[in-house]
Amino acid sequence: MRSLSWRAGAGFAVGAVLLFGVAPFALSDFRLSLLAKYLCLAMVAVGIGLAWGRGGLLTLGQGVFFGLGGYAMAMHMKLADAGPGEMPDFMQLYGQLDALPWWWRPFANPAFALPATVLLPMLVAFLLGSLVFRRRVRGAYFAILSQALAAAMAILLIGQQGTTGGTNGLTDFQGFFGYDLDDPVNQRMVYFIVAGVLLLLLAIARQLMRSRYGELLVAVRDSEERVRFLGYNPANVKLVAYVTAAGMAGLAGALFVPAVGIINPALIGIVPSIEFVIGVAVGGRASLLGPVLGAVAVAWAKTTLSEEFPAAWTYLQGLLFVLVVAFLPGGLASVVRLLRRRRRPPPDPAPVSPAPVVAQEVTA
Amino acid sequence: MLDIRGRWKGVLLPLAAILALSACGSKTGENESTGGAVADTSGDTVKVGLLNSLSGTMAISEVTVRDSIRLAVEEINAAGGVLGKKIEPISEDGASDWPTFAEKAEKLIREDKVAAVFGCWTSASRKAVKPVFEENKALLFYPVQYEGLEQSPYIFYTGATTNQQIVPGLDYLKSQGKTSVYLVGSDYVFPRTANKIIKAYAAANGMTVLGEDYAPLGSTEFGTIVNKVKASKASAVFNTLNGDSNVAFFKEYKSAGLTAATMPVVSVSIAEEEVKSIGTQYLDGQLTAWNYYQTTPGAANDKFVKAYKAKYGQDKPTSDPMEAAYVSVYLWKAMVEKAGKFDVAAVKSASDGVTFEAPEGLVTIDGATQHIYKTARIGKVGPDGLITEVWNSGQPVKPDPYLKGYPWATGLS
Repeated sequence: MRSLSWRAGAGFAVGAVLLFGVAPFALSDFRLSLLAKYLCLAMVAVGIGLAWGRGGLLTLGQGVFFGLGGYAMAMHMKLADAGPGEMPDFMQLYGQLDALPWWWRPFANPAFALPATVLLPMLVAFLLGSLVFRRRVRGAYFAILSQALAAAMAILLIGQQGTTGGTNGLTDFQGFFGYDLDDPVNQRMVYFIVAGVLLLLLAIARQLMRSRYGELLVAVRDSEERVRFLGYNPANVKLVAYVTAAGMAGLAGALFVPAVGIINPALIGIVPSIEFVIGVAVGGRASLLGPVLGAVAVAWAKTTLSEEFPAAWTYLQGLLFVLVVAFLPGGLASVVRLLRRRRRPPPDPAPVSPAPVVAQEVTA
Repeated sequence: MLDIRGRWKGVLLPLAAILALSACGSKTGENESTGGAVADTSGDTVKVGLLNSLSGTMAISEVTVRDSIRLAVEEINAAGGVLGKKIEPISEDGASDWPTFAEKAEKLIREDKVAAVFGCWTSASRKAVKPVFEENKALLFYPVQYEGLEQSPYIFYTGATTNQQIVPGLDYLKSQGKTSVYLVGSDYVFPRTANKIIKAYAAANGMTVLGEDYAPLGSTEFGTIVNKVKASKASAVFNTLNGDSNVAFFKEYKSAGLTAATMPVVSVSIAEEEVKSIGTQYLDGQLTAWNYYQTTPGAANDKFVKAYKAKYGQDKPTSDPMEAAYVSVYLWKAMVEKAGKFDVAAVKSASDGVTFEAPEGLVTIDGATQHIYKTARIGKVGPDGLITEVWNSGQPVKPDPYLKGYPWATGLS
């Protein structure tokens, strides 16, 4: 146990050095802002890793929570840009409204908007989860339900052009809590916040996974009935993982907005929700770092392939997924385990430990 | 049990670093001129960006635009380039995804240091890249007709704004004695804004709007809408549907017994390319509003159509957005040559009055709005799938993106 936590501490330290010490100097401003975007997607992946990898909840609708967090933040930034008492620019163009809609008003206050980016997704996840898990909806039915929610939310947002910006989404932000987003120094600051939050979420996820609760979650995933007979309520166990994952996705959405500068229904619907899960699958869903590495690797591959082969990159990306699923069912994280097993004949009994070696390869 | 210090050090130190750093950035409104990206024109070539969806739902339309930009670039290079430099096009895929458009725009400007970017189709993609171009003080040439009500200092709009397409379309219907219209559109920015303008026009011109319906983008369920259109007995339909929806709509329209003779449909998003995919039999005799058709007479158009077909295939039609994209490259060339350099500020200030003998006829840049003077043309779809002109505005119409010159439009923007 002692050596393990020492390794975890070292892993976080290496991650922090890479993210804070190496990346800002090795990458141009543009590449650094892309990395900030990847890291936001990685935050969603941390939550999916917990809910799906550990809890067996295949959530194909994380886009909903990502979107709730993103829109909450974007609404606040739009209102802050417009100034007190004014309406956001797009509402004047498309809305034909006399006054700000009531549900926009609280977001003018950062003391409401900031907590809302996390609490709103968690509340929605709590309501949905309490209904669904108690009724013992699971497996494919849960996946379909979560996906339907993502589709419904995207359609709802597109239909309300006057108040949500419709397909355009919310874009064209000037400032982030008073700081000019055009300024490269401030863009860098956003990157540092994103990187810091990701490390924080990883620490939380690790704590959860290693706690008694984490053991229980895995037990529910592997045999829900047996856990029930032991006197636990599996619905509550699953609910905690689902709500935590939703909160992480919400926070990711909230930071995505200043980092990328846009939030729109295309980031919320079925396709992006599935893309989140693909990243986690590629990385290795059951490990702590696997989902992060997978999300970053998939997003990075998407950028690089589409820049190198603008006409054919979608085929290459598809091929990559097929290869990973066919030859590495455990994801990228299983490569590390394979290597370790080869090096040390008696296999390590510890479930999964962070793998700083791979972190270096991908983020550098 | 766990070594708390080791774990939290990794988190807390960076957080402290953030706080330290946050003191350095500038606040909003503090500094007006952050340099912006500078195009690299030092070599013997000049790079330009081509930003179009090469994958996803919009690819079918946007690839044709990319092809015509390429054609213009090749022609210009064959004639010696711009200011003695050959143009080097760098193509990026917007993937029909608006945040991707913003990412690729930034890549073209900051990493490739292009002198200008040509592309975008949907208004949503334009809205997504607009802040990127404004922040970096770089130029975008946008080649598609759109809903107006926009005037970014870093975008040149070479497609029609509303007073060069929708308003002439309505004028034509009025001149044909149509007194009522039914509005059908896809559910997104362009149709909703266009219909807002149409309703204001109708109210001021004694036309009645008998109904207004929106279908989700990509919807193919038009039974209800067509029944409502038929029941309304409107004298014409104004159609702002996009893409695949048109196929389903016109099939349903024909099977409901409605024809171009009894209730004509004016479409603003159906060009030669779309006519082919919808099927000529469903569109025969229906009306379109654009600024250019493949059949538009003139030596410049003959040359354009011939060159395009020679390069991409004899069965490939040319359409309005393709022509506007082709024109945009030549207009940029003319502006750069007038300015004598590639510098964005110099090119912008040289823009007013720059002309080009385009396939659609003479076009002139209006420096104040950064839109271009275009001739409005109403066309009728023929049995051969080509569109022939039935009316034109006689002379290029001055662009008026905010419809300031139309008293009925006050309060729209």
